[in-house]
Amino acid sequence: MNLDSMQEIVAAARREGKRFWEIILETDMENRGVSRGESLDKMAKNWHTMKEASEVYTGERRSLSGLSGGQGKLMHDYAAKAPIGGEFMAQVIAEALAMGESNACMRRVVAAPTAGACGVLPAVLIPLYWRENLLEEKMLEAMFTASGVGAVIAYRACISGAAGGCQAEIGSASAMAAAALVHLRGGTESQICHAVAMALKNLMGLACDPVAGLVEVPCIKRNVVGAVNAVAAADMALAGIESRIPADEVIDAMGEVGRRLPMELRETALGGLAATPTGRAVKERMASSKKKQRVLTIKDARWRLEKREPQGSK
Amino acid sequence: MIDVFDIMGPIMVGPSSSHTAGAVRIGRMARTLLGEKPVKAEVYLHGSFAETGVGHGTDKALIAGLLGMATDDLDIPNSFEIAGRRKLKFSFEETELRDAHPNSVKLVLTGESGRKMKMQASSIGGGRIMVDKLDGVDVSFSGDYHTLIIQNLDNQSNLSDVSTALSLARVNVANMSMHRSAKGGNVMMIIETDDPVPGYIVELIEKQPGILQVIHYVKED
Repeated sequence: MNLDSMQEIVAAARREGKRFWEIILETDMENRGVSRGESLDKMAKNWHTMKEASEVYTGERRSLSGLSGGQGKLMHDYAAKAPIGGEFMAQVIAEALAMGESNACMRRVVAAPTAGACGVLPAVLIPLYWRENLLEEKMLEAMFTASGVGAVIAYRACISGAAGGCQAEIGSASAMAAAALVHLRGGTESQICHAVAMALKNLMGLACDPVAGLVEVPCIKRNVVGAVNAVAAADMALAGIESRIPADEVIDAMGEVGRRLPMELRETALGGLAATPTGRAVKERMASSKKKQRVLTIKDARWRLEKREPQGSK
Repeated sequence: MIDVFDIMGPIMVGPSSSHTAGAVRIGRMARTLLGEKPVKAEVYLHGSFAETGVGHGTDKALIAGLLGMATDDLDIPNSFEIAGRRKLKFSFEETELRDAHPNSVKLVLTGESGRKMKMQASSIGGGRIMVDKLDGVDVSFSGDYHTLIIQNLDNQSNLSDVSTALSLARVNVANMSMHRSAKGGNVMMIIETDDPVPGYIVELIEKQPGILQVIHYVKED
């Protein structure tokens, strides 16, 4: 089926006596002409990559700009020290930071739906997976649920910061993550929709204003707000709280707000935090270091390689 | 219609699907189109690639692609060093390309046999790319399909040769276009197919009079 309406996916699920995620899985099988096993395997690869990215994170790496690195580690250590939001929430925050940093530091991540928002989904999935000893097949179901939500948002509105601001990027990731959480906690199709609507509503209007045009400030920490918001939206939906505006209408409204956002607030690095005195100073620093990096000779590069990374290591 | 795995994925080395993953794919595409190992690459960055390329690792990603790395290769950040070991010389320059997408790059490559190729391509979002110019001819293909890139002389009726060859193998054509630099100049046929073209068909096309070169780009997952 066409993944263009939350309401219609839910109607199809009811009609066929299936779950939301199964409709998405079957749509993928049909579209790509693959078997159920092949589709599940491809999703499993994404899940394994997320888990691996989390496991290999040490907090030691720094981004090319020097702006990012180490914050996930700080938060992870703090999680054991009676954080205000409890240990689980601290782990969610730590995971979102770690994943966003890994992306900035040129490590391997899963774009979900974009690289800039790659931390939101694993930030809620991984801590829950460990805490509740969930089965891998359950995680894949949750990821199909999330993908279906993302597909509807991409169809009806947009999922990139350049097209619709951060609300489209982190907002979409947050809605996807909220849906995944509701599924993992045994919520209904209708609760999935309410969670999506609430997550997206809460971030509506958020600008995309990356300092120096890089996916670092404020993007990495925006992954945190996306993840924390997803937990809140899922919990509200599971508590029986409903969104007054249906999910499809919220998605349309988000698209509309995105189109009205001025160009300066859509990834161009001309407004918001990017245009602050400090933001501008970072940009200038990057511009002057750019020249230096360009004249890097092979000899320098070899020397750097030997100094930094022992032979054969990745 | 949106592919489920366009939303969940791709698996990639960060930080940006357009400035990093797309740049790797452009480099890889250029290597495939060159048809051999590149030994020299002049890279001309345009627009946002020039502006924010270093911070996004666009430069490293392009070289990584030229070395044949995939978008999820953890060695992408070390591509300059690896290029040194594999004897690929490269240089970067900022430039203004006419009527080009903001994330565009022009690559001038020399292969190990001395073969030269010029390619201009753009990264159009989500890691997807578009080849915009090949050896001075305006083209337009994405690498989302299996693609035949055929260069022939402008004075032969090679179109029917090619379509006959493809129908022999029952290969379904998704998109097809012809481009030429000038009347009587070189013609570039771009044929995007749903299934990969069997090797013997590629060879058959190569043997037709007037055909200068055939490159078969096999779609990547």
